[in-house]
Amino acid sequence: MTKEIALSKEFMKGVWDQNPVLKQALGLCPTLAVTVSAVNGIAMALATTFVLVFSSLIISLIRNLIPNQVRIASFIVIIATFVTIVDLVMKAQFPELSKSLGPYIPLIVVNCLILGRQEAFSSKNTPFRSLIDSLGMGTGFLIVLFVLGGIREILSARTLLGFQVLPDMYEPWLVMILPAGAFITLGFMLGFSNFYAMHKKEKTHKEIIDTYLSSKSQRLATHRAEVLAQEKAALEAKMKAKEKSDDKPTDNDNQQ
Amino acid sequence: MEIILIFLSSAIVNNFVLAYFLGICPFVGVSSKLSSAFSMGMATTFVMVITAIVTWLIYNLILVPYHLEFLQYVSFILVIASLVQFVEMFVKKVSQPLYRALGIFLPLITTNCAILGLALFIVLKEYSFIEGIFYGIGAGVGFTMAIAIMAGIREEIELADVPKAFRGAPITMIIAGILALAFMGFAGMISV
Repeated sequence: MTKEIALSKEFMKGVWDQNPVLKQALGLCPTLAVTVSAVNGIAMALATTFVLVFSSLIISLIRNLIPNQVRIASFIVIIATFVTIVDLVMKAQFPELSKSLGPYIPLIVVNCLILGRQEAFSSKNTPFRSLIDSLGMGTGFLIVLFVLGGIREILSARTLLGFQVLPDMYEPWLVMILPAGAFITLGFMLGFSNFYAMHKKEKTHKEIIDTYLSSKSQRLATHRAEVLAQEKAALEAKMKAKEKSDDKPTDNDNQQ
Repeated sequence: MEIILIFLSSAIVNNFVLAYFLGICPFVGVSSKLSSAFSMGMATTFVMVITAIVTWLIYNLILVPYHLEFLQYVSFILVIASLVQFVEMFVKKVSQPLYRALGIFLPLITTNCAILGLALFIVLKEYSFIEGIFYGIGAGVGFTMAIAIMAGIREEIELADVPKAFRGAPITMIIAGILALAFMGFAGMISV
């Protein structure tokens, strides 16, 4: 039971609490570079997730065989192997997409998100746990890239995934398709996620204080009741004893 | 003439940070102080030039003749990682002041995507040996320029009243966006 909860937590932390882009600022280069449209963002995130999942799996399987001194180099070689696979498959199956992503597919090799997860998680945990963790991180990455690509696509071309969402009277913002648009949009996304996190933190602080106070007052109330009950019992016992001592002589008198 | 154009194009028009989004991690991470930003830029330029030379030689003298192009990512990243290690040891041995200035930044450069990006772009654009070297120098100068400008602005922004949620990375991104807009002014000046 407890393990189940921990696993779902392991997955969800990548989606929000430790989101690779919004919270850890990892993997920013591909995030900014390929998100001119939502489709590109999804493709990039899926490619990254594929590499992340399989390299995590392999590295956590052989984590006890890798000497500590050469671990970074071995991680990079394993990652580079999977990136080569992704690159060749994409070139063969989706030549259009591969062309529009350009050199950013090979650059997954140096995506600090992947190396960071291997170093921080897969090299210390079991394969199953690493799998869950990397799937969570991949999902978090996918969501950010989709949102960023979606915003840029809507504002620069009125469309989302190729479907028109804004009316023709809207004048497309050319800046959104340029590098400047990527930087500014991501800046605002980071800012708003920070704002939300801070707001939530304040709220949880308040909640913690409230629950503490209410539980404390409850405990005080029960304590008070207990003390009163004890005192009552003690007094009653005293009264009874007194009554008995008063009664005793009369009993003796009767007997005599 | 061609070489000068390549240099200017990689340094200004197609700036690695502001147009290709390469090397964003150090751009955000090491740009809070001007002096360290400048050292980081110099170290990156240094490694970039050596990388341009070595990867060009490996690609054209080993990988192409034996039809091993599919190994380029693995070999490039291995070469860069060992090269950085080697440069670090060499600098430590030869010049202590230089080591003290660049030392802590060198290990960070291995995972800097600008270095691998440079090697890949040289292959992609089919540059000759000399052109590749100048492309590397230009990219390094462009990176140094971008990170130094950024650090200068960030030192000033320390004094500004930025909303609490936007401090740090978010405001850096927005400033980078405005810088990228400014660098857009150079677009179309040279087309290489």
